[in-house]
Amino acid sequence: MQYDVAVIGAGVCGAMVARELSKLDMKVVVLEKCNDISMGTTKANSAIVHAGFDAETDSLKAKLNVQGASLMAYYCNKLNVPYKNIGSLVVAYSWEEMQTLEALFERGFNNGVPNMQIISQEKLREMEPYISEEAIGALWAPTAGIVSPYELAIAAIENAVVNGARVKRNSGVFDIEYKNDLFFLSTASGVVKAKYIINCAGVFADQIAKMIGDTSFKIIPRKGEYYLLDKTEAKMVNHVLFKCPSSMGKGILITPTVHGNVLMGPTAIDLDFDSKLDVDTTSEGLDTVKREIRQVIPHMTTRNAITSFSGLRAHIEAEHADFIIGPSEANGKFINVAGIESPGLTAAPAIARYVGQIFREIAPDYTKKAEFIATRPAPVRVNELSAEERRKLVEKDKRYGRIVCRCEGITEGEIIDAIKAPCGARDVDGVKRRTRAGMGRCQSGFCGSKVVEILARELDLPMNQITKHGNGSKILYGKTK
Amino acid sequence: MLKYDLVVIGGGPAGMAAALKAKECGVDKILILERASSLGGILEQCIHTGFGLHHFGEELSGPEYAYRFIKQVEETDIEVKVDTMVTDILTGNIVVATNNKEGMLEIHATAIILAMGCRERPRGALDIPGSRASGIMTAGTAQKYVNIYGYMPGKKIVILGSGDIGLIMARRMTLEGAKVETVCELMPYSGGLTRNIVQCLDDMGIPLRLSCTVIKTHGIERLEGVTIADVDENRRPIPGTEQYIECDTLMLSVGLIPENELTRNAGVMIDPITNGAIVDENRQTNRPGIFACGNVLQVHDLVDYVTQESYTAGEGAAKYIKSKNKNKRTKYVSVRPEGGVRYVVPQNINCDTSEDVKLYFRVKDVYRGGKITVTSGDKVIYSKKKPKLAPGEMEYVIVKAEDIRALDKKEIIVKVEV
Repeated sequence: MQYDVAVIGAGVCGAMVARELSKLDMKVVVLEKCNDISMGTTKANSAIVHAGFDAETDSLKAKLNVQGASLMAYYCNKLNVPYKNIGSLVVAYSWEEMQTLEALFERGFNNGVPNMQIISQEKLREMEPYISEEAIGALWAPTAGIVSPYELAIAAIENAVVNGARVKRNSGVFDIEYKNDLFFLSTASGVVKAKYIINCAGVFADQIAKMIGDTSFKIIPRKGEYYLLDKTEAKMVNHVLFKCPSSMGKGILITPTVHGNVLMGPTAIDLDFDSKLDVDTTSEGLDTVKREIRQVIPHMTTRNAITSFSGLRAHIEAEHADFIIGPSEANGKFINVAGIESPGLTAAPAIARYVGQIFREIAPDYTKKAEFIATRPAPVRVNELSAEERRKLVEKDKRYGRIVCRCEGITEGEIIDAIKAPCGARDVDGVKRRTRAGMGRCQSGFCGSKVVEILARELDLPMNQITKHGNGSKILYGKTK
Repeated sequence: MLKYDLVVIGGGPAGMAAALKAKECGVDKILILERASSLGGILEQCIHTGFGLHHFGEELSGPEYAYRFIKQVEETDIEVKVDTMVTDILTGNIVVATNNKEGMLEIHATAIILAMGCRERPRGALDIPGSRASGIMTAGTAQKYVNIYGYMPGKKIVILGSGDIGLIMARRMTLEGAKVETVCELMPYSGGLTRNIVQCLDDMGIPLRLSCTVIKTHGIERLEGVTIADVDENRRPIPGTEQYIECDTLMLSVGLIPENELTRNAGVMIDPITNGAIVDENRQTNRPGIFACGNVLQVHDLVDYVTQESYTAGEGAAKYIKSKNKNKRTKYVSVRPEGGVRYVVPQNINCDTSEDVKLYFRVKDVYRGGKITVTSGDKVIYSKKKPKLAPGEMEYVIVKAEDIRALDKKEIIVKVEV
């Protein structure tokens, strides 16, 4: 099959880029190595919309961050993705750190971040009643917020598919050949031909670029570990709370999530180049998170932790590393979208537009589709409905009356919707990301087996072929004796 | 709105026994709400024997034990709605539920009995570092896959925690041809019943490693192994004792948590130790007309005791339903654990109780030759020597009604003297 554009990687950037390119009258394919969308950095990050005062002024990071922060609400609205504009606070504990806040303020101002304020201890305590008494002030950025990263990627891909894009999962690219103005991509599911490539391969973007002879950058996987806490802890924190930044990143943060949990992390440990699959949590990393958070909110404990996890940031090996977005020097029809570490999620909507612009410059012959559908309909969320709406829905379809995940109140109907959606869930974790079944405090102890049963039924497979997250992550072996 | 005298939430052994007892005591309209597709609760997947020795004087399997109650329910006019999940209990004892036949239901109940059971403590609550591979599951989930669905969840198994379900599953998996490498227990003693350690581990040749835990899981897709280590008296891993064990499955049997989300939302006070409601001897909570029994109230070791406790709750609810003055205020004697006793249920007793009260409790540690005492001020109400007390086994003492009525100090203390 020949395509106009192959997007490599279905993280939030690949997904948003694919959606952007599906506005044009051409054939787009997304090649994803995993069994689902958003399986890399997108599923394990801080889920923050940064205001934009961290990145160096005039960098691509700064520009796309500030643009992305202002576009996020619009995109989340169009794609029906949970987003909350709760604002962020960088908390200072000393006079040196108060000076750092001034520097951040100035940089934010130069980057175009609106409405920032440096606030007093009193105001800070009013905004965050559980904050440490040692905190003496904060930089308040009201444009910051929180978003559900994997839901953004899933929604963008669904929307791209509705607009004609194709998604091939379990199709990791292992070789690229360029001949007769055409790329031949060897993937785990066969050869794909494309005129243009957009490299959104996250921590693997350097390896993909190398396949066309581009060795201009190297990506270090920088691990970050997190705790996710029960909704019972939600009262402890109202904004995204950062500590003052260091050279390794923005430091450890604590924030509410869009679903009402509390997230804290990440650590920052650089791994070897060949450790790009290592998302193990470590006792050292988790201890660091606990210790650092206690400095921010002394009463915060992990007693009500639901889970811990880690993710890898795609860090470019260079001083003052910036996003690398643009045609490769090795081949002008190969566009790199690489080194998308923080504030990559925030920037994703702006990155998609920027890549769209670059693409139209190098391929001006493609015209806009007349019938582009910009909106992705909201999935049914039964527990957000009124009693009356619920009653009507169950009358129409009984499956919305059968609760499968009791912690989050998710019904069988919602799980079936997630499986039947464009580019729908194929494994247990896929159902979890789309519906939240298994995301609650019992961590799928109750619903896990039911979700396996529903997946098997809807995909017409035996139960022992259903996996947790694709490939060899099987859950069941053969039948009992 | 539907109206019932009594709504029982949960159709497991607790809910069924409570409903049957209430019926026997003359309650008219009773409804059981069950979220699964049939009555029986967790017993349906407990196909091993060992149930009913106390209550029926014979050894039954879980489904057999449940069936005796299901049959009795069917012989009465107790109504049952299965596949029905209760989502809320509103002020005024209105139960909100949803199912796939009627959609949303609002049911007014004169009295409510909470009998939702408990759930297993998951991995997140344990904080085991390592990968997010498949093959890590609670013992109860594994039990469901094997006994209900007929699938093997693994072949080479390490079990963390020596709770009863873990012990039962060690034997079950071995009988199905899997290799159970070891059972690791963080504490210096097992949290399970002695008879299960003997029958499920010793008889199967499975080693139980005490003061030992899993410190890391390995494998990206399916679990490939775990690292275990011995722990010191503060339950911290001891460096140098790490050992890698190859396995495809890690089963967790590390404790049960009463399922009290509804209870909390209903404004019922929770005992921080049992994680269940604070109740009086009738199993009534601080909310008039709301009762609790079974594993939602306290995690039991034997279903026979669940049945007894649920009869108490059913009788208590019947009394409440028939009483004229429902908001009558009474004085309570409060019951407190001390020393080696971790908790006592019930936490309160009506001062004017006319019946003897059974106090259920668990101890904190293994005690040999300890003495259980119940005191009030300087007065000793009960005292008995016990050759062995262990946290895995529920204990009880009976306190006489006349002793309670005769108390000057409105407080009773249960403790273990060694």
